[in-house]
Amino acid sequence: MAGLKGWRELPLGGVVTGGTAKELQKTGGWRAERPIWHEEKCIQCLQCWLHCPDDSVLIKGGKVVGFDYEHCKGCGVCAAICPKDAIEMVPERGGECARP
Amino acid sequence: MRKAITGHKAVAEAMRQIEPDVVAVYPITPQSEIAEYYAEYVHNGLVRTELVPVESEHSALSACVGAAAAGGRVMTATSSQGLALMVEVLYIAAGLRLPIVMALANRSLSAPINIHCDHSDAYLARDSGAVQIFAENAQEAYDYTIMAQRIAEDMRVRLPVIVNLDGFTLTHTVQPVDLLEDEVVKKFVGEFKPYSPLLDVDHPVTWGPFAMPDYYFELKRAQQAGMEAAPGVFLSVQREFSQISGRRYLGFFEAYRLEDAEYALVVLGSTAGTAKVAVDELRARGMKVGLLKPWLWRPFPAKEVGEALAHVKAVAVLDRAFSFGTMGALFADVASALYPLEKRPILANYIYGLGGRDTTVPELVHVFEELPKIKKTEWALRYIGLRE
Repeated sequence: MAGLKGWRELPLGGVVTGGTAKELQKTGGWRAERPIWHEEKCIQCLQCWLHCPDDSVLIKGGKVVGFDYEHCKGCGVCAAICPKDAIEMVPERGGECARP
Repeated sequence: MRKAITGHKAVAEAMRQIEPDVVAVYPITPQSEIAEYYAEYVHNGLVRTELVPVESEHSALSACVGAAAAGGRVMTATSSQGLALMVEVLYIAAGLRLPIVMALANRSLSAPINIHCDHSDAYLARDSGAVQIFAENAQEAYDYTIMAQRIAEDMRVRLPVIVNLDGFTLTHTVQPVDLLEDEVVKKFVGEFKPYSPLLDVDHPVTWGPFAMPDYYFELKRAQQAGMEAAPGVFLSVQREFSQISGRRYLGFFEAYRLEDAEYALVVLGSTAGTAKVAVDELRARGMKVGLLKPWLWRPFPAKEVGEALAHVKAVAVLDRAFSFGTMGALFADVASALYPLEKRPILANYIYGLGGRDTTVPELVHVFEELPKIKKTEWALRYIGLRE
Protein backbone atom coordinates (compact mmCIF):
# COMPACT_ATOMS: atom_id res chain seq x y z
CA MET A 1 0.00 0.00 0.00
CA ALA A 2 2.84 2.34 -0.83
CA GLY A 3 1.85 5.89 -1.72
CA LEU A 4 -1.35 5.78 0.31
CA LYS A 5 -1.96 8.36 3.01
CA GLY A 6 -1.69 7.69 6.75
CA TRP A 7 -4.68 8.23 9.04
CA ARG A 8 -3.48 11.62 10.25
CA GLU A 9 -3.46 12.98 6.70
CA LEU A 10 -7.09 12.21 5.92
CA PRO A 11 -9.82 14.85 5.89
CA LEU A 12 -12.20 14.83 8.85
CA GLY A 13 -14.97 12.29 8.37
CA GLY A 14 -13.56 11.25 5.01
CA VAL A 15 -15.02 14.30 3.29
CA VAL A 16 -13.87 14.40 -0.32
CA THR A 17 -13.07 17.73 -1.96
CA GLY A 18 -14.81 18.29 -5.28
CA GLY A 19 -13.08 16.78 -8.30
CA THR A 20 -10.43 14.86 -6.37
CA ALA A 21 -12.00 11.38 -6.49
CA LYS A 22 -11.97 11.58 -10.28
CA GLU A 23 -8.22 11.00 -10.36
CA LEU A 24 -8.29 8.11 -7.89
CA GLN A 25 -11.18 6.08 -9.19
CA LYS A 26 -11.25 5.30 -12.90
CA THR A 27 -14.65 3.67 -12.89
CA GLY A 28 -14.88 3.39 -16.68
CA GLY A 29 -13.62 -0.17 -16.35
CA TRP A 30 -17.04 -1.20 -15.04
CA ARG A 31 -18.63 -0.50 -18.43
CA ALA A 32 -20.32 -3.25 -20.44
CA GLU A 33 -21.58 -0.92 -23.17
CA ARG A 34 -19.86 2.13 -24.55
CA PRO A 35 -21.73 5.23 -25.77
CA ILE A 36 -20.65 6.42 -29.22
CA TRP A 37 -21.45 10.02 -30.12
CA HIS A 38 -22.51 10.76 -33.70
CA GLU A 39 -21.72 14.41 -34.07
CA GLU A 40 -23.60 14.78 -37.39
CA LYS A 41 -26.93 13.90 -35.69
CA CYS A 42 -26.34 15.95 -32.53
CA ILE A 43 -28.34 19.17 -32.11
CA GLN A 44 -26.46 20.22 -28.92
CA CYS A 45 -29.56 20.17 -26.74
CA LEU A 46 -27.32 19.03 -23.80
CA GLN A 47 -29.94 16.59 -22.48
CA CYS A 48 -27.24 13.89 -22.28
CA TRP A 49 -25.00 16.17 -20.23
CA LEU A 50 -27.90 17.10 -17.97
CA HIS A 51 -28.91 13.47 -17.31
CA CYS A 52 -25.50 11.79 -17.07
CA PRO A 53 -25.23 10.54 -13.47
CA ASP A 54 -21.43 10.43 -13.67
CA ASP A 55 -20.74 13.81 -15.23
CA SER A 56 -19.08 11.96 -18.11
CA VAL A 57 -20.39 13.96 -21.06
CA LEU A 58 -17.52 16.24 -22.02
CA ILE A 59 -18.39 19.85 -22.76
CA LYS A 60 -16.21 22.46 -24.42
CA GLY A 61 -17.41 25.99 -25.06
CA GLY A 62 -20.95 24.98 -24.11
CA LYS A 63 -21.05 22.11 -26.61
CA VAL A 64 -20.84 18.33 -26.37
CA VAL A 65 -17.49 17.08 -27.62
CA GLY A 66 -17.57 13.42 -26.50
CA PHE A 67 -17.41 11.19 -23.44
CA ASP A 68 -15.10 10.74 -20.50
CA TYR A 69 -14.51 7.00 -20.91
CA GLU A 70 -12.42 6.85 -17.74
CA HIS A 71 -15.56 7.45 -15.69
CA CYS A 72 -18.54 6.57 -17.92
CA LYS A 73 -20.07 3.33 -16.58
CA GLY A 74 -22.14 2.72 -19.72
CA CYS A 75 -25.55 3.12 -18.11
CA GLY A 76 -27.07 4.33 -21.39
CA VAL A 77 -29.14 7.15 -19.91
CA CYS A 78 -27.62 9.56 -22.46
CA ALA A 79 -28.62 7.32 -25.38
CA ALA A 80 -32.12 6.89 -23.99
CA ILE A 81 -32.70 10.61 -23.45
CA CYS A 82 -31.18 11.75 -26.78
CA PRO A 83 -34.04 13.06 -28.99
CA LYS A 84 -32.04 12.52 -32.21
CA ASP A 85 -30.52 9.06 -31.67
CA ALA A 86 -27.12 10.68 -31.82
CA ILE A 87 -25.76 8.37 -29.13
CA GLU A 88 -25.33 4.66 -29.81
CA MET A 89 -24.56 2.02 -27.18
CA VAL A 90 -22.01 -0.47 -28.46
CA PRO A 91 -21.03 -3.62 -26.49
CA GLU A 92 -17.51 -3.64 -25.15
CA ARG A 93 -15.74 -6.72 -26.52
CA GLY A 94 -13.99 -9.24 -24.30
CA GLY A 95 -13.15 -6.59 -21.79
CA GLU A 96 -10.58 -5.19 -24.21
CA CYS A 97 -12.42 -2.02 -25.01
CA ALA A 98 -13.47 -1.52 -21.41
CA ARG A 99 -10.22 0.32 -20.98
CA PRO A 100 -10.42 3.88 -22.25
CA MET B 1 -32.54 31.91 37.83
CA ARG B 2 -33.86 28.98 39.91
CA LYS B 3 -37.00 27.28 38.60
CA ALA B 4 -38.97 24.21 39.59
CA ILE B 5 -39.13 22.29 36.32
CA THR B 6 -39.00 18.75 34.95
CA GLY B 7 -35.91 17.23 33.37
CA HIS B 8 -37.69 17.56 30.04
CA LYS B 9 -38.18 21.26 30.48
CA ALA B 10 -34.58 21.67 31.64
CA VAL B 11 -33.27 20.02 28.45
CA ALA B 12 -35.74 21.94 26.28
CA GLU B 13 -34.66 25.21 27.91
CA ALA B 14 -31.01 24.41 27.21
CA MET B 15 -31.94 23.70 23.60
CA ARG B 16 -33.88 26.97 23.36
CA GLN B 17 -30.87 28.88 24.65
CA ILE B 18 -28.50 27.08 22.27
CA GLU B 19 -31.00 27.66 19.44
CA PRO B 20 -29.69 25.13 16.92
CA ASP B 21 -30.33 25.61 13.20
CA VAL B 22 -32.18 22.33 12.88
CA VAL B 23 -34.01 20.03 15.27
CA ALA B 24 -35.35 16.83 13.69
CA VAL B 25 -37.27 14.75 16.16
CA TYR B 26 -39.88 12.03 16.50
CA PRO B 27 -41.86 11.67 19.71
CA ILE B 28 -41.50 8.64 21.97
CA THR B 29 -42.27 8.13 25.64
CA PRO B 30 -40.56 9.31 27.84
CA GLN B 31 -38.84 11.79 25.54
CA SER B 32 -41.91 13.34 23.86
CA GLU B 33 -42.16 16.43 26.01
CA ILE B 34 -38.72 17.62 24.94
CA ALA B 35 -40.00 17.61 21.37
CA GLU B 36 -43.30 19.16 22.42
CA TYR B 37 -41.69 21.99 24.37
CA TYR B 38 -39.33 22.70 21.52
CA ALA B 39 -42.13 22.70 18.95
CA GLU B 40 -43.90 25.24 21.17
CA TYR B 41 -40.80 27.46 21.24
CA VAL B 42 -40.56 27.29 17.46
CA HIS B 43 -44.22 28.08 16.89
CA ASN B 44 -44.19 30.88 19.46
CA GLY B 45 -41.27 32.44 17.63
CA LEU B 46 -38.85 32.10 20.55
CA VAL B 47 -36.29 30.36 18.31
CA ARG B 48 -35.53 30.46 14.61
CA THR B 49 -34.79 26.74 14.46
CA GLU B 50 -36.05 24.69 11.52
CA LEU B 51 -38.08 21.98 13.26
CA VAL B 52 -38.36 18.87 11.11
CA PRO B 53 -41.21 16.64 12.25
CA VAL B 54 -40.33 13.31 10.69
CA GLU B 55 -42.05 9.93 10.31
CA SER B 56 -39.58 7.88 12.37
CA GLU B 57 -36.43 8.12 14.43
CA HIS B 58 -34.43 6.68 11.55
CA SER B 59 -35.58 9.68 9.53
CA ALA B 60 -35.01 12.03 12.47
CA LEU B 61 -31.34 11.20 12.74
CA SER B 62 -31.00 10.98 8.95
CA ALA B 63 -32.35 14.52 8.71
CA CYS B 64 -29.90 15.54 11.43
CA VAL B 65 -27.01 14.00 9.49
CA GLY B 66 -28.07 15.84 6.34
CA ALA B 67 -28.50 19.13 8.15
CA ALA B 68 -25.17 18.78 9.96
CA ALA B 69 -23.33 17.94 6.73
CA ALA B 70 -25.06 20.91 5.12
CA GLY B 71 -23.43 23.07 7.78
CA GLY B 72 -25.98 23.49 10.54
CA ARG B 73 -25.91 23.16 14.30
CA VAL B 74 -28.22 20.23 14.95
CA MET B 75 -29.93 18.62 17.92
CA THR B 76 -32.38 15.81 18.53
CA ALA B 77 -33.81 13.73 21.34
CA THR B 78 -35.07 10.19 21.65
CA SER B 79 -35.59 7.18 23.87
CA SER B 80 -35.48 3.37 23.85
CA GLN B 81 -36.90 1.90 20.60
CA GLY B 82 -36.39 5.29 19.01
CA LEU B 83 -32.68 5.09 19.63
CA ALA B 84 -32.71 1.49 18.43
CA LEU B 85 -34.14 2.74 15.15
CA MET B 86 -31.55 5.53 15.05
CA VAL B 87 -28.56 3.33 15.70
CA GLU B 88 -27.78 2.59 12.05
CA VAL B 89 -27.60 6.31 11.37
CA LEU B 90 -25.82 7.06 14.66
CA TYR B 91 -22.81 5.04 13.48
CA ILE B 92 -22.89 7.10 10.28
CA ALA B 93 -23.07 10.39 12.19
CA ALA B 94 -20.03 9.33 14.21
CA GLY B 95 -18.13 8.07 11.18
CA LEU B 96 -18.81 11.32 9.35
CA ARG B 97 -17.71 13.22 12.46
CA LEU B 98 -20.94 15.20 12.75
CA PRO B 99 -21.40 17.08 16.03
CA ILE B 100 -25.06 16.23 16.67
CA VAL B 101 -26.20 16.58 20.27
CA MET B 102 -28.91 14.22 21.46
CA ALA B 103 -30.84 13.97 24.70
CA LEU B 104 -31.59 10.34 25.49
CA ALA B 105 -34.42 9.81 27.97
CA ASN B 106 -33.29 6.39 29.13
CA ARG B 107 -35.91 3.69 28.78
CA SER B 108 -35.84 -0.09 28.54
CA LEU B 109 -35.84 -1.92 25.22
CA SER B 110 -38.59 -4.35 24.20
CA ALA B 111 -39.54 -7.19 24.68
CA PRO B 112 -41.50 -7.17 26.87
CA ILE B 113 -42.56 -3.68 25.98
CA ASN B 114 -42.11 -1.26 28.85
CA ILE B 115 -41.86 2.51 28.93
CA HIS B 116 -39.83 2.90 32.11
CA CYS B 117 -36.21 3.54 32.85
CA ASP B 118 -33.17 1.41 32.42
CA HIS B 119 -29.97 1.86 30.46
CA SER B 120 -30.40 -0.75 27.76
CA ASP B 121 -30.86 2.00 25.14
CA ALA B 122 -27.63 3.75 26.10
CA TYR B 123 -25.84 0.39 26.16
CA LEU B 124 -27.12 -0.36 22.68
CA ALA B 125 -25.27 2.73 21.42
CA ARG B 126 -22.17 1.93 23.48
CA ASP B 127 -19.90 1.15 20.55
CA SER B 128 -21.48 3.58 18.09
CA GLY B 129 -18.76 6.19 18.38
CA ALA B 130 -21.01 8.70 20.14
CA VAL B 131 -19.69 10.38 23.27
CA GLN B 132 -22.03 9.47 26.14
CA ILE B 133 -22.63 11.51 29.27
CA PHE B 134 -24.91 10.55 32.17
CA ALA B 135 -26.82 13.06 34.29
CA GLU B 136 -27.82 12.41 37.90
CA ASN B 137 -30.56 15.05 38.03
CA ALA B 138 -32.32 17.69 35.94
CA GLN B 139 -29.66 20.26 36.76
CA GLU B 140 -26.93 18.06 35.34
CA ALA B 141 -29.08 17.25 32.29
CA TYR B 142 -29.44 20.99 31.64
CA ASP B 143 -25.77 21.73 32.25
CA TYR B 144 -24.42 18.83 30.19
CA THR B 145 -26.76 19.59 27.27
CA ILE B 146 -25.02 22.97 27.06
CA MET B 147 -21.54 21.52 27.60
CA ALA B 148 -22.22 18.72 25.08
CA GLN B 149 -22.53 21.29 22.33
CA ARG B 150 -19.00 22.52 22.92
CA ILE B 151 -17.56 19.02 23.27
CA ALA B 152 -19.25 17.80 20.07
CA GLU B 153 -18.20 20.83 18.05
CA ASP B 154 -14.57 20.95 19.14
CA MET B 155 -12.52 20.31 15.99
CA ARG B 156 -10.44 17.70 17.83
CA VAL B 157 -13.59 15.74 18.66
CA ARG B 158 -16.38 16.40 16.13
CA LEU B 159 -18.57 13.53 17.23
CA PRO B 160 -22.20 13.09 18.22
CA VAL B 161 -22.76 13.50 21.94
CA ILE B 162 -25.57 11.77 23.84
CA VAL B 163 -26.73 13.26 27.13
CA ASN B 164 -28.45 10.49 29.10
CA LEU B 165 -31.15 11.28 31.62
CA ASP B 166 -33.19 8.58 33.32
CA GLY B 167 -36.68 8.30 31.86
CA PHE B 168 -39.46 9.42 34.23
CA THR B 169 -37.14 9.57 37.25
CA LEU B 170 -35.52 12.65 35.75
CA THR B 171 -37.62 13.53 32.73
CA HIS B 172 -40.99 13.74 34.49
CA THR B 173 -40.18 14.85 38.02
CA VAL B 174 -40.15 18.50 38.99
CA GLN B 175 -36.84 19.55 40.48
CA PRO B 176 -35.12 22.84 41.27
CA VAL B 177 -32.93 23.83 38.33
CA ASP B 178 -30.70 26.88 38.10
CA LEU B 179 -30.96 28.24 34.58
CA LEU B 180 -28.32 30.51 33.11
CA GLU B 181 -29.22 33.69 31.29
CA ASP B 182 -29.85 33.22 27.57
CA GLU B 183 -26.94 35.48 26.61
CA VAL B 184 -24.56 33.59 28.88
CA VAL B 185 -25.42 30.29 27.20
CA LYS B 186 -25.26 31.80 23.71
CA LYS B 187 -21.85 33.25 24.45
CA PHE B 188 -20.65 29.96 25.94
CA VAL B 189 -21.67 27.81 22.96
CA GLY B 190 -20.58 30.51 20.51
CA GLU B 191 -21.09 30.69 16.78
CA PHE B 192 -21.25 27.32 15.03
CA LYS B 193 -18.33 26.76 12.69
CA PRO B 194 -19.32 24.35 9.95
CA TYR B 195 -16.71 22.07 8.45
CA SER B 196 -16.81 21.58 4.66
CA PRO B 197 -20.54 22.34 4.55
CA LEU B 198 -22.50 20.97 1.62
CA LEU B 199 -24.22 24.33 1.21
CA ASP B 200 -20.92 26.03 0.43
CA VAL B 201 -21.43 25.62 -3.31
CA ASP B 202 -18.21 27.45 -4.13
CA HIS B 203 -16.28 24.61 -2.48
CA PRO B 204 -18.09 21.44 -3.53
CA VAL B 205 -17.48 18.33 -1.43
CA THR B 206 -18.76 14.79 -1.18
CA TRP B 207 -19.91 13.61 2.25
CA GLY B 208 -20.13 9.91 2.94
CA PRO B 209 -17.94 8.49 0.20
CA PHE B 210 -17.22 4.79 -0.19
CA ALA B 211 -13.97 3.58 1.36
CA MET B 212 -12.25 0.42 0.18
CA PRO B 213 -9.97 -1.83 2.29
CA ASP B 214 -7.11 0.56 1.44
CA TYR B 215 -8.65 3.50 3.38
CA TYR B 216 -11.50 2.28 5.63
CA PHE B 217 -9.12 1.28 8.44
CA GLU B 218 -7.33 4.64 8.45
CA LEU B 219 -10.61 6.56 8.52
CA LYS B 220 -11.82 4.53 11.52
CA ARG B 221 -8.47 5.13 13.24
CA ALA B 222 -8.96 8.86 12.72
CA GLN B 223 -12.44 8.51 14.27
CA GLN B 224 -10.90 6.83 17.31
CA ALA B 225 -8.60 9.86 17.58
CA GLY B 226 -11.71 12.02 17.94
CA MET B 227 -12.80 9.83 20.87
CA GLU B 228 -9.30 9.97 22.36
CA ALA B 229 -9.42 13.77 22.25
CA ALA B 230 -12.83 13.90 23.94
CA PRO B 231 -11.68 13.51 27.58
CA GLY B 232 -9.31 16.49 27.40
CA VAL B 233 -11.96 18.63 25.74
CA PHE B 234 -14.55 17.42 28.27
CA LEU B 235 -12.38 18.66 31.14
CA SER B 236 -11.65 22.05 29.62
CA VAL B 237 -15.34 22.59 28.77
CA GLN B 238 -16.24 21.59 32.35
CA ARG B 239 -13.75 24.11 33.75
CA GLU B 240 -15.13 26.91 31.61
CA PHE B 241 -18.71 25.95 32.42
CA SER B 242 -17.96 25.84 36.14
CA GLN B 243 -16.74 29.43 35.87
CA ILE B 244 -19.85 30.76 34.14
CA SER B 245 -22.30 28.74 36.25
CA GLY B 246 -20.66 28.69 39.66
CA ARG B 247 -21.35 24.95 39.78
CA ARG B 248 -18.57 22.45 40.30
CA TYR B 249 -17.91 20.15 37.38
CA LEU B 250 -14.40 18.88 37.89
CA GLY B 251 -13.48 15.53 36.40
CA PHE B 252 -14.88 12.64 34.49
CA PHE B 253 -16.87 11.45 37.47
CA GLU B 254 -18.12 12.61 40.80
CA ALA B 255 -16.29 10.93 43.67
CA TYR B 256 -18.61 11.10 46.67
CA ARG B 257 -16.93 10.42 50.04
CA LEU B 258 -14.62 8.10 48.13
CA GLU B 259 -11.22 9.35 49.26
CA ASP B 260 -10.94 7.23 52.42
CA ALA B 261 -13.61 4.68 51.51
CA GLU B 262 -13.07 0.97 52.07
CA TYR B 263 -16.12 -0.03 50.09
CA ALA B 264 -17.47 1.74 47.03
CA LEU B 265 -20.30 1.68 44.60
CA VAL B 266 -20.15 2.65 40.92
CA VAL B 267 -23.42 3.63 39.28
CA LEU B 268 -24.67 5.74 36.36
CA GLY B 269 -27.49 8.27 36.37
CA SER B 270 -30.17 9.07 38.91
CA THR B 271 -29.49 6.06 41.17
CA ALA B 272 -26.29 7.86 42.17
CA GLY B 273 -28.54 10.24 44.10
CA THR B 274 -30.08 7.33 45.99
CA ALA B 275 -26.60 5.92 46.56
CA LYS B 276 -25.46 9.18 48.18
CA VAL B 277 -28.19 8.82 50.79
CA ALA B 278 -27.09 5.22 51.42
CA VAL B 279 -23.47 6.36 51.74
CA ASP B 280 -24.43 9.06 54.25
CA GLU B 281 -26.46 6.59 56.32
CA LEU B 282 -23.61 4.10 56.51
CA ARG B 283 -21.02 6.80 57.18
CA ALA B 284 -23.19 7.90 60.12
CA ARG B 285 -22.92 4.33 61.37
CA GLY B 286 -19.14 4.44 60.98
CA MET B 287 -18.75 2.37 57.81
CA LYS B 288 -16.26 3.87 55.38
CA VAL B 289 -18.16 3.81 52.10
CA GLY B 290 -18.17 5.99 49.00
CA LEU B 291 -19.54 6.41 45.53
CA LEU B 292 -18.12 6.88 42.06
CA LYS B 293 -20.63 8.34 39.63
CA PRO B 294 -19.32 8.55 36.03
CA TRP B 295 -20.44 11.58 34.08
CA LEU B 296 -18.41 10.60 31.05
CA TRP B 297 -19.14 7.00 30.10
CA ARG B 298 -17.89 6.98 26.50
CA PRO B 299 -14.99 7.43 26.10
CA PHE B 300 -14.45 5.62 29.40
CA PRO B 301 -11.89 7.37 31.63
CA ALA B 302 -10.23 4.09 32.61
CA LYS B 303 -7.01 5.45 34.06
CA GLU B 304 -8.74 7.93 36.34
CA VAL B 305 -11.40 5.45 37.45
CA GLY B 306 -8.65 2.94 38.23
CA GLU B 307 -6.74 5.48 40.30
CA ALA B 308 -9.87 6.58 42.17
CA LEU B 309 -10.80 3.01 43.14
CA ALA B 310 -7.32 1.51 43.67
CA HIS B 311 -7.36 1.97 47.46
CA VAL B 312 -10.82 0.46 48.00
CA LYS B 313 -11.25 -3.07 49.42
CA ALA B 314 -14.29 -3.99 47.35
CA VAL B 315 -16.38 -2.28 44.70
CA ALA B 316 -19.96 -2.98 43.66
CA VAL B 317 -20.56 -2.02 40.05
CA LEU B 318 -24.23 -1.52 39.22
CA ASP B 319 -25.52 -2.06 35.71
CA ARG B 320 -29.04 -1.00 34.77
CA ALA B 321 -29.12 -3.35 31.77
CA PHE B 322 -28.00 -6.83 30.89
CA SER B 323 -25.23 -7.32 28.38
CA PHE B 324 -26.67 -10.73 27.70
CA GLY B 325 -24.20 -13.56 27.94
CA THR B 326 -21.55 -11.63 29.80
CA MET B 327 -21.11 -9.29 32.73
CA GLY B 328 -22.63 -5.80 32.75
CA ALA B 329 -21.03 -3.22 30.45
CA LEU B 330 -20.10 -0.81 33.23
CA PHE B 331 -18.65 -3.70 35.24
CA ALA B 332 -16.50 -4.66 32.25
CA ASP B 333 -15.31 -1.05 32.00
CA VAL B 334 -14.40 -0.85 35.68
CA ALA B 335 -12.76 -4.31 35.69
CA SER B 336 -10.65 -3.31 32.68
CA ALA B 337 -9.72 -0.04 34.37
CA LEU B 338 -8.48 -1.92 37.44
CA TYR B 339 -6.69 -4.75 35.64
CA PRO B 340 -3.37 -2.90 35.09
CA LEU B 341 -3.07 -2.19 38.83
CA GLU B 342 -0.96 -4.50 40.97
CA LYS B 343 -3.31 -4.27 43.90
CA ARG B 344 -6.93 -4.34 42.86
CA PRO B 345 -10.16 -4.17 44.84
CA ILE B 346 -12.54 -7.11 44.82
CA LEU B 347 -15.36 -6.52 42.35
CA ALA B 348 -19.00 -7.50 42.32
CA ASN B 349 -21.49 -6.87 39.54
CA TYR B 350 -25.11 -6.09 40.36
CA ILE B 351 -27.93 -5.79 37.84
CA TYR B 352 -30.63 -3.43 39.08
CA GLY B 353 -33.66 -1.36 38.18
CA LEU B 354 -34.66 -2.97 34.88
CA GLY B 355 -37.84 -1.67 33.26
CA GLY B 356 -38.22 1.06 35.86
CA ARG B 357 -37.96 -1.16 38.95
CA ASP B 358 -37.32 1.14 41.90
CA THR B 359 -34.00 0.87 43.63
CA THR B 360 -34.24 2.04 47.22
CA VAL B 361 -31.86 3.32 49.86
CA PRO B 362 -32.23 0.14 52.01
CA GLU B 363 -31.37 -1.99 48.97
CA LEU B 364 -28.17 -0.04 48.35
CA VAL B 365 -27.33 -0.11 52.06
CA HIS B 366 -27.69 -3.89 51.80
CA VAL B 367 -25.25 -3.97 48.85
CA PHE B 368 -22.69 -2.07 50.93
CA GLU B 369 -23.24 -4.47 53.83
CA GLU B 370 -22.80 -7.46 51.52
CA LEU B 371 -19.50 -6.19 50.07
CA PRO B 372 -17.22 -7.03 53.04
CA LYS B 373 -18.49 -10.63 52.89
CA ILE B 374 -17.41 -11.09 49.27
CA LYS B 375 -13.96 -12.69 49.38
CA LYS B 376 -13.04 -12.70 45.69
CA THR B 377 -14.11 -11.34 42.34
CA GLU B 378 -16.41 -13.80 40.62
CA TRP B 379 -17.72 -14.13 37.11
CA ALA B 380 -21.31 -14.10 38.33
CA LEU B 381 -24.13 -11.59 38.33
CA ARG B 382 -25.91 -10.46 41.47
CA TYR B 383 -29.28 -8.78 41.47
CA ILE B 384 -30.90 -5.94 43.39
CA GLY B 385 -34.65 -6.11 44.03
CA LEU B 386 -35.28 -9.25 41.95
CA ARG B 387 -37.78 -11.91 43.08
CA GLU B 388 -36.36 -15.42 42.94
